[in-house]
Amino acid sequence: MTDNRHTASRRAFLKGGLALGGAAVTATAARGDDPAIIEMQPWTSQLGEGVDARPYGHPSPYEAEVKRRNVAWLTADPISSVNFTPLHELDGIITPNGLCFERHHGGIAEVDPANWRLMINGLVDKPLVFTLDDLKRFPRVNKIHFLECAANSGMEWRGAQLNGCQFTHGMIHNVMYTGVPLRYLLEEAGLKPNAEWLLPEGGDASGMTRSLPLFKAIDDCMIAFKMNGEALRPEQGYPARLVVPGWEGNMWVKWIRRIEVGDQPWHHREETSKYTDLMANGQARRFTWEMDVKSVITNPSPQAPITHSHGATVLTGVAWSGRGTITEVHVTRDGGKNWDRARIDGPSLDKSMHRFYYEFNWDGKPMLLQSRAIDSEGMIQPTKNELRKVRGVNSIYHNNGIQTWHVRETGEAENVEVS
Amino acid sequence: MSRYLKGLALAALIAIPAQAGQLGLGREATPAEISAWDIDVRPDGVGLPEGRGTVAEGEEIFVERCAVCHGDFGEGVGRWPVLAGGQDTLKDDRPVKTIGSYWPYLSTVWDYVDRAMPFGDAQSLSDDEVYAITAYLLYLNDVVDDEEFELSRDNFTEIRLPNEENFFADPRPDIAVLADGAPCMENCKDKVEITAHATVLNVTPDEEAAGGDNQSDAGEPLAASEVAAAEPEPVDPELIAAGETIFKKCKACHQVGDGAKHRVGPQLNNLLDRAAASADGFKYSETLKASGADGLIWTAETLSAFLEAPKMYIPKTKMSFKGLESADDRAAIIAYLGQFNE
Repeated sequence: MTDNRHTASRRAFLKGGLALGGAAVTATAARGDDPAIIEMQPWTSQLGEGVDARPYGHPSPYEAEVKRRNVAWLTADPISSVNFTPLHELDGIITPNGLCFERHHGGIAEVDPANWRLMINGLVDKPLVFTLDDLKRFPRVNKIHFLECAANSGMEWRGAQLNGCQFTHGMIHNVMYTGVPLRYLLEEAGLKPNAEWLLPEGGDASGMTRSLPLFKAIDDCMIAFKMNGEALRPEQGYPARLVVPGWEGNMWVKWIRRIEVGDQPWHHREETSKYTDLMANGQARRFTWEMDVKSVITNPSPQAPITHSHGATVLTGVAWSGRGTITEVHVTRDGGKNWDRARIDGPSLDKSMHRFYYEFNWDGKPMLLQSRAIDSEGMIQPTKNELRKVRGVNSIYHNNGIQTWHVRETGEAENVEVS
Repeated sequence: MSRYLKGLALAALIAIPAQAGQLGLGREATPAEISAWDIDVRPDGVGLPEGRGTVAEGEEIFVERCAVCHGDFGEGVGRWPVLAGGQDTLKDDRPVKTIGSYWPYLSTVWDYVDRAMPFGDAQSLSDDEVYAITAYLLYLNDVVDDEEFELSRDNFTEIRLPNEENFFADPRPDIAVLADGAPCMENCKDKVEITAHATVLNVTPDEEAAGGDNQSDAGEPLAASEVAAAEPEPVDPELIAAGETIFKKCKACHQVGDGAKHRVGPQLNNLLDRAAASADGFKYSETLKASGADGLIWTAETLSAFLEAPKMYIPKTKMSFKGLESADDRAAIIAYLGQFNE
């Protein structure tokens, strides 16, 4: 097995072969001729595989480290567990389908679409059953939204713990959904006047349920059957899932099979025992639905150190808010003494990930990097200590605090906290 | 009209394409279909079926079906959830959130056990069994103290959990917003010191230290010779495929294949032809250990007999699985497991 570019560069880097020392080496080597040019490469002289070889394409083998990763000690068993999106390997705003983090409570349900049904019952004029074909006869919409687990960054409440943005911030993905506004399906069944709450239910072995207020359902929820243009992946709820833009990921019920309409919430397991936020005084917040404004620098970061010498450097990251769009992202290199505005590039969409860049000349000295986002509702991403002052350290969920990476002279980065 | 329905009328005017009324799609659900899927229960008791069960009955079922993960007294095995105790810990550094210490409503217990438990064999409990298990969980949490206590639909809503009053509505925003003043951009603090390092804890997964990536996960093609070396003796592929499907019933507790580890149950690589209770590092029941010592070897025949009715074949085995009645299913799963013999 050949080294891919990441391991190769990282190992060389860790041995001190690159970064500052590397500048001199490069300058000397530059006088010689580059074998990458002078020597014939096999792909230049030999034919490659034909069009039948890869009917469903995969990434280059040199990208083998670009993958979801698990933190095994977090949960009792990988069947009811989570893995993490490799944010440090991505750019733009779209997460490729195969890299979207997974959270299952009873493993991946392998649903036969021919036997998939969606039932709407409860406080409706007429309880209905839809097949997938029925669903595809309703008018469709396309929306790009982030899905963030409420527990994203939850391991960091007590202090810096996991060393990499994949692990600290990777319970998020951002894809384009194609589907039917939930409102259409509810109108088809006809709501009774006392309808106030919905109970979406999954068909998986955890029978996932969450209480969803009707106002949100009719505002912007949808039943999606495509992500990034193709069918939902099994691990994302194939053949259909609920999309609840801007609200905690647990509510986006996968493998959805039923929506019950009622007049009060159900207080099921995932909204009482879990996904409630325990405060320092022993009381707990419930129905904390919106994912607040948040950002993180993805490069450089512990899994993506700076591998070049001082000089032109691109810093990049992502920002999002469950309450609207991102209006500003600020970046500091000195741990928060002075801040500059970063440049947001690419689409700025409601409840979607935003990409930001900050280009600067690195002087080769250590840095304490942070990013801070502001959303269209005027919410400002707080420091972790500001959050702790209000909420304590036991709330698990909704940690949107500012992340700090300590970048050393070598270009290596570490997850730290600062005063 | 509810405020949400007013919102619905308003929403129809904006944002998304107007739908021309009802489209006549879908069909009416039958009462039998609704009752098959509509199993949810609310705190006010709506959704509870007829049924009853006592603490003592619940203890028996719990030990049989639940204790392998949750412990005989709800104390939790390994990282599986703790279900009892933890009272007065919610303000502690390490709060223990259990049914008794944290959960606000008993209906949540009934609903969750009924829809999702036992892990790996969901919706296999009868209504009476769910009442009995719920009664036992009340007993473990000191909410009831009589082993003869019987929980039923009639007395269900009389039971209140101790922590019900400690939940409150989301008060956000609870942090300064832009309206309170724009954030500082220059000379915001005099000095900055590092107060915590992630690397001190050293809990981040390190694949290189763990012996390298499993690159095949990420689409890297394995060399043909490696695939060939891993191929087992040819057996009926359809039988193996059927066995793989049936093995899903076992996966909650058992791993098999590359990198399989002991979980709730032992890893099952090289199971065939090995002595019972002989996998290194797994704590077997005394009865299974005794059978192994007496010379029980796992063959297709003995395994089939065990899987038909585990607790009949090995009394007091820790394996809380009711068994596979179908001989075909047992043959399929044994064929599937046979692939993992080297």
